[in-house]
Amino acid sequence: MSIPIAWYLVLAAVLFGIGAFGLLTKRSALIMFMCIELMLNAVNLTFVTFSRSFSDIGGQVTVFFVMVVAAAEVTVGLGIVVAVFRKRASTSVDELTELKD
Amino acid sequence: MKLVAPSIHYLAIAPELALLGGALLLLFASALRPSRISNLQATVVTAASSIAVVVIAFFQWSDVASHGARTTIDHAIALDGFSIVASAIVGVGLLLSTLVAHDWAKRANVRNGEFSILALAASSGAVIMAQANDLVVIFIALEILSIGLYVLVAFDRHRAASSEAALKYFLMGGFASAVFIYGAALVYGATGTTNLSSISYFLGKNELLRPGLLIAGGALLLVGFSFKVAAAPFHSWAPDVYQGAPSPVTGFMASIVKVGAFAAFVRVLISALGTQQDTWRPIFWVLIVLTTFVGAGLALVQRDAKRLLAYSSINHAGFMLLGLWAGTVRGAAATLYYLITYAPLVIATFAIVTLMGGPNDTSHAVESYRGLARRQPWLGGAFAILLLAQAGAPFTTGFFAKFSVLSAAVDAGGAPIAIIAMVAASIAFFFYLRWTLSLYAEDALDAPRIVVPWPTALVIAFGVVTTIVFGIWVGPFADLAHKATLLFLP
Repeated sequence: MSIPIAWYLVLAAVLFGIGAFGLLTKRSALIMFMCIELMLNAVNLTFVTFSRSFSDIGGQVTVFFVMVVAAAEVTVGLGIVVAVFRKRASTSVDELTELKD
Repeated sequence: MKLVAPSIHYLAIAPELALLGGALLLLFASALRPSRISNLQATVVTAASSIAVVVIAFFQWSDVASHGARTTIDHAIALDGFSIVASAIVGVGLLLSTLVAHDWAKRANVRNGEFSILALAASSGAVIMAQANDLVVIFIALEILSIGLYVLVAFDRHRAASSEAALKYFLMGGFASAVFIYGAALVYGATGTTNLSSISYFLGKNELLRPGLLIAGGALLLVGFSFKVAAAPFHSWAPDVYQGAPSPVTGFMASIVKVGAFAAFVRVLISALGTQQDTWRPIFWVLIVLTTFVGAGLALVQRDAKRLLAYSSINHAGFMLLGLWAGTVRGAAATLYYLITYAPLVIATFAIVTLMGGPNDTSHAVESYRGLARRQPWLGGAFAILLLAQAGAPFTTGFFAKFSVLSAAVDAGGAPIAIIAMVAASIAFFFYLRWTLSLYAEDALDAPRIVVPWPTALVIAFGVVTTIVFGIWVGPFADLAHKATLLFLP
């Protein structure tokens, strides 16, 4: 019994939605990072699903690029969090209030 | 299975190779001999790479003029007039920004090696973005551009605002990238390819089985791009990031991100989704109205110069979108012309903002500009001209840039939106004019004289001279933008 591709796509959409929702509602920079990762992995699932259903290798190759980009993003992002943490001893974005008019 | 490597037309990717070559040279040199890389050496290498990009653009232009637009590396990279002009703008933008950053680094006591490496890498991302003919390549280029800029924004470690801006930029940028690539995944699902030309071919030949997928994918791509170019309602990061970033970085970011993102935006909309114009036009309509009015309206109440300029750049993004809305050759040419003229203008403006910020890059109140032109007529006069050019005053490039996007929109049957945008432009004109007049106020307090180092002076002079000379003698750049668009990849 094979699972229809729509299920994978819906799962990916739900994961993406959870990620986007978390990013917009959570206040800790680290959890917000995790949400971005979740969104990117939902994208990977979508690519792999379509790739499989088209029997086209292109979508699977794309996943590698997305993974590399996600890794690079996290490296820089954590560096920035450390820089912020050194100044404020907190990673909550609610306390980032220096920039205003 | 036999693996066939795609053929590579090296002239097409020469600009990014020049930029990455410069970055790698500096990276290895500073890793091997940390004490030997001076700011001057880093600046010279960066300037040489950026000049190389402009020189290569001339060779590419004659190649495309004689052989026509073409693609390379399995159709993932396009070599056409549009990409050549966009990469030349990035080259010029990098050259100007690096001169400003050189003086700033000296005053702020920043080691310039890393700064130049990151600026070079980010510029290569912008160039690839302008050439990319595949959604996945656009995504990767976007990330090369953005990741470099996240670090550049956080570069000033003495100010908490700098790392705060970087974190905000990173979170919003990461969100935008994820949305963009999800859009690419859905478009792939709808059309079976991520190549822009193939998407267009597929949409022209086939009836879609899943039209909803394409619409959702296209909408997500649009949201991702809107974040990057800071179009309302996705602009909220821009004022914070512009304010918090070191001032030379702000100028650099304002110019090359707009160039890269708009070049890719034009390609996606006109090349890949041109057949779907009726679907995306109404969305653009709303975006343009919001962007021009949010930019102009909120700029009125800003007291920080960099925040004000951030809203002004949002307003400009609205006008660039107007050329896209038209979706015609004329519209794309108008957007390209806008980018050509906007890049030197915004970098020169931020060069003066950098000087005004002082050694700590902290004094950016609009109030501190009061009477500048009376204290220092040359510097103040230059700033006045740059502000008026941004406002779109006649006899500056800003005027013809606005005129050409508006007339392209009217030409494409968009008289109402052109009128709405003009109303926003007149609101924007008001705050530029108010700022310009305050430069000549008589009741100003005495402030310390601002020393203008010659590289920065050169950048400011370049910005002022190009805006006036090509504002009066419109022909060359307008022709260039038009020809470049005619050489667009079909």
